Amino acid sequence: MSVLLVLEESGGKIKRASWETLAAALKLGPAQDVTAVVIGAQTETLAAEAATKGIGKVVRVEHPLLAHYTADGFCLALHDLIQSQNGTKCVAFPHTYQVRDYAPALACKFGQVLIGDVIAIEDGPLFTRQLLQGRLTGTYRHSGAGPCFVSVQAGAFRTDTPETQGNAEPAPIELFTPTLDAAQIRTKPSEPFRESAQTVDLGSAQRIVSVGRGIKEEANMPMIAALASALDAELAASRPICDSGWMPLERQVGSSGQTVAPKLYLAVGISGAIQHLVGMKGSQCIVAINKDPDAPIFEVADYGIVGDLFEVVPALTEAVKAARQ
Amino acid sequence: MKIVVAIKQVPDRDAPVRIAANAKWIEERDLQWAMNEPDAYALEEALQLKEKHGGEVIVLSAGPERVGSTIREALAKGADRAIQIMCGDLGARDALGVARLLAEAIKPENPDLVLTGLQSEDLGLGQTGVILAELLGLPHATLILHVEKTDAGLKVRRELEEGWFQSVEMPLPAVLTMQSGGNKLRYATLMGIKRAKTKELRAVNAAELGTAAAPVATLAQISAPKKQKSTQILSGSAKEAAAALVEKLKMEARVL
Repeated sequence: MSVLLVLEESGGKIKRASWETLAAALKLGPAQDVTAVVIGAQTETLAAEAATKGIGKVVRVEHPLLAHYTADGFCLALHDLIQSQNGTKCVAFPHTYQVRDYAPALACKFGQVLIGDVIAIEDGPLFTRQLLQGRLTGTYRHSGAGPCFVSVQAGAFRTDTPETQGNAEPAPIELFTPTLDAAQIRTKPSEPFRESAQTVDLGSAQRIVSVGRGIKEEANMPMIAALASALDAELAASRPICDSGWMPLERQVGSSGQTVAPKLYLAVGISGAIQHLVGMKGSQCIVAINKDPDAPIFEVADYGIVGDLFEVVPALTEAVKAARQ
Repeated sequence: MKIVVAIKQVPDRDAPVRIAANAKWIEERDLQWAMNEPDAYALEEALQLKEKHGGEVIVLSAGPERVGSTIREALAKGADRAIQIMCGDLGARDALGVARLLAEAIKPENPDLVLTGLQSEDLGLGQTGVILAELLGLPHATLILHVEKTDAGLKVRRELEEGWFQSVEMPLPAVLTMQSGGNKLRYATLMGIKRAKTKELRAVNAAELGTAAAPVATLAQISAPKKQKSTQILSGSAKEAAAALVEKLKMEARVL
């Protein structure tokens, strides 16, 4: 199956998630059938990087109006490109915030939908994605003549296989200039910015105690702080806790916060929606305390306690204190 | 400002879910339902914009009879009126099919702004707002935390990955998908609940909004997730489980 693989870059380098998408694309067809697409105002270096990956060819979609990402610019340019590439059966993207912003509109231009956030691809092809915040999984099938638009969840496909490592013979590179007019780009984005200087680097923490909705009230937060203190751990939280202002935003773990990989990650009252899991599933040892035995957090946990956190956490704090004396 | 807010009724987050006998969807009988949380934030933003700039907030939702309760909740919180697209086969339509229904219902209203949540908590497709923009021919922005009206249109704050943000300026009319957490959600007051009963709730049959096209993506089967790790569950009383865990962390995982 011929696949257009739309790569995403960050700071002049192709993002790791893009190569994971290549790994996914290889489930649909041989590397020779994959055309990698780089997009921007200056794409030469990106194209050279992509050309080493053993794929069929690389297309540089280049235009001065693509210097900064806009949904309109990317949609129009890729629409032009897909129409020019006869026989494209699948268009694959990494499932990033940027792709979520434009790929559904691009698919719509072809009367298609994006099968988004895919975690597995099986023969058929059947695309697996998560439902109900990870409590269930669903397999999707694409039908009809148009190209199938797919985006791939970060971390779901491995890039350490020989197929995605690349080889010596670089792929041919083509230049494609889309027809774009400044008037077609209706939004004006600013440069990205951060709220304030990050003072906590959870990324280097050895132990993290993280808390979620299960804590119920802000008044219960000191109980978690006590456990973290006994473990000599940093405090972190899932998104709803930071949204409520019970923990500073900079201690949020997940796709919109920090990505962490400590030796010990102890998740208290966190159900484990995918947005959280992507930020912590690389931890060496994961412990989950949750009242719901079916909570998705248990899918990634090494140790679990199913129970009332208001009983378990104080007991655990005492046990840790005793053990560390 | 005339604002349409598209909201979805989804299974309540804490409601236990069971896979239906045909393994195509969950058992919906006896399920508790709630307003999709990101949609609640979209509604909150709409109500705050109306409080600042005047105008009207119209709630739009598609689904069977039961969706009416979620619509009433939105009216009780302060929306002015509502449209319900009566649709018994929402699950059989893909994101494009659902967005087409919503777009057809929105068109005659000619709103200045269309808001919706960035994704639903059940299917999590995260596409409805973006497709709506495409179908309505309007500019859009996603993952929005804050909306400011300017002379030229809007200035919005968009969330990027890993703690970054950006502002985006755009003309009106436009479509925005809202991220959770930008505002504090209000509760419906007793007075609001009372008033909601007298507010206009117009029902439109899905069939009146055009014939349903065959879906291009279909959910073939659902199942329980595959475990990525074999989890050791430590049982017993809280005290026993805690002691067992500490032992494991010390002797087996060696992280204490």
